[in-house]
Amino acid sequence: MAPLAVSAFTAACAAGIGVDELAAALSAQRSGLRRLPDLQPAPDWAGPGAPVLTWVGEVATLADMPLPASLATWDCRPTRLAWQTLQRDGFIDAVATARTRWGAARVGLVLGTSASTIGDSEAAYRNLDADGGFPASHRNPRLNTPHALAAFVQAALALQGPAVTVSTACSSSAKAFASAQRWLHAGVVDAVVVAGVEALSASLLHGFRSLSLLSDTPCQPFDAQRRGISIGEAAAFALLQREEDEAVKGVNGSLQLLGYGEANDAHHMSAPHPQGLGAEAALDAALARAGIDGAEVDFVNLHGTASAANDAVEAALVARRYASTVHACATKGLTGHTMGAAGLLEAVICLLALQGRGRAGTAHTEAADPAFGPLFAQQLRLSPAAGMARLAASHSFGFGGNNCVLLFGTGVGTGTRGT
Amino acid sequence: MKTQRLYIDGIALWSPALPGWAIARQALRSEPAAADPPVPRPNPALLAANERRRAPDAVLVALEVAAAAVAMAGQDAATLPSIFTSAHGDLGIVDALCCTLATNPQWLSPTRFHHSVHNAASGYWAMATGCRAASSAVSGFEASFAVGLLEAATQARTDGTPVLLVGFDTAARGALASVNRSRGLLGVALVLAPQRSAASVFSLDWACAAGTASLPPLTSAAAKALAANAMADALPLFEALAGAEDTPLTLPLGPAGILRLRTIPLPA
Repeated sequence: MAPLAVSAFTAACAAGIGVDELAAALSAQRSGLRRLPDLQPAPDWAGPGAPVLTWVGEVATLADMPLPASLATWDCRPTRLAWQTLQRDGFIDAVATARTRWGAARVGLVLGTSASTIGDSEAAYRNLDADGGFPASHRNPRLNTPHALAAFVQAALALQGPAVTVSTACSSSAKAFASAQRWLHAGVVDAVVVAGVEALSASLLHGFRSLSLLSDTPCQPFDAQRRGISIGEAAAFALLQREEDEAVKGVNGSLQLLGYGEANDAHHMSAPHPQGLGAEAALDAALARAGIDGAEVDFVNLHGTASAANDAVEAALVARRYASTVHACATKGLTGHTMGAAGLLEAVICLLALQGRGRAGTAHTEAADPAFGPLFAQQLRLSPAAGMARLAASHSFGFGGNNCVLLFGTGVGTGTRGT
Repeated sequence: MKTQRLYIDGIALWSPALPGWAIARQALRSEPAAADPPVPRPNPALLAANERRRAPDAVLVALEVAAAAVAMAGQDAATLPSIFTSAHGDLGIVDALCCTLATNPQWLSPTRFHHSVHNAASGYWAMATGCRAASSAVSGFEASFAVGLLEAATQARTDGTPVLLVGFDTAARGALASVNRSRGLLGVALVLAPQRSAASVFSLDWACAAGTASLPPLTSAAAKALAANAMADALPLFEALAGAEDTPLTLPLGPAGILRLRTIPLPA
């Protein structure tokens, strides 16, 4: 495929609000995870019942940051998270420039989220009316539906092109890049805002608890001692445009989306394929679109959830397909597993590495599980490193066996790779 | 944008009153038909009996129409990329999930949780057919069929491959029914191909544009009876596909966009 220019990006999560804070946290290996029972005041998103003993990546400032009056009908935790993130890194200005250049109708939106605004419906069920229906304050059909976040972002950015919500669990916002490339290739739009937004909710907390996947310690991806995942919340955005357009060349150090691959495991709803067939098919498709070989990739942000099954399958894939010198890292010990937002948040971590703003490590992990072998132990980097990545891959694997791999590079002088 | 052409190789629709395309096609043409009692749930042969019992309605109806459209197109389900679109996912599951979380969150069952993901139908389809091709699950509120069609059309165009498009929505249950207006159960599916083949029954011209539109009025009583389902924005196209006319249609594509369509029947 023809590479796409990444003209602007921003992100917020427990490790940092805006990319400067995020880059600083990655370089210092400063984790945003906190012990849930210690959070004061007790978070309302967690719902009733005894506190669950786990660690979470909560963005602590949301309670005090309501939306502006003009957007107040959309007010809930995930829209606040999206709004706060949009204010960072000049993102709104970059979108305004694209809107002016192409026209608002030629700027599209693809937003990935897993649970969207479910937390608002959860709150309504805790406060039902005497008639058994939603309380008046929550009777907003546009807010209690998966597309609510995309509709909010579309309104907040004054976009008039097509808007779609992609909701494939933990691969959602990685797949947003795939849809955006197809829209640009087919000429539907001239610029696309890709987004990933996921807020903490009782569904996520108790859903993963019911699967016995929550760790009672901060998650330790790929460690022999790993005890499960730590959930987190995040919003992240990027602006994509065609690379051949002169106006977008040269901005942002010529960051490019080089390829993407999507594939299904066809195996199980909540467990990965034991040989990682779907994940490897997604990697193959991404490499084929980019016209590069796996051995050329020098930075990988792993899915690395710290669940027993995911990490075993992914470690084998990394050892099989990447060079021994690759810098592979799993950042969910810093941010928490931000579900539908993880694909875009971790794409941003790749973009920071490509800009020379630090290559992240694998927080909380003492050593790679010896069961994964010596090659993987060499590939997995526990400590952050300075220096610039040249070709970066990001892995996102979700429930329903839904896999997506993204490839990013800095396109200085490379022209069009692949076909 | 410039108008682009695709071909429709497979068509399916399922609702309790219209359990299959042969019956639905007649009813959407307003032709008189024998009034059979409604079928409460679809019974997709792809799933084992125990899976059928446990699967949510949304998964059942999606697999039913997906299998029917792929069979009509003569395609191999195991290699076909797919787009599953739904405004709300399975609302019975959302209601049960929220009820449990509000009262006894420790009782939430893992099966209910993984059934609550929007890509549950996509995941079950991949497992039932052994298909590892790309599969997505999307949503667009009142324009969910239109955004799903946009996703499938751009994928068929970009990758030069046939794509399965499945749309479904369920009835709001419990407290959710006070805020969510979706009623009834409806599934629709198309196989869209970039090249004409012996299986092609219609050409489909499509283009996105700026502007606003309301959903074209439905003509058949059968389609009007399904208008309260959240996948109802599929119905004008399926009425056109039930007929044999050259039909232009404009569907709303969110608050500020439209999807222009034109279906032309192809000689057998």
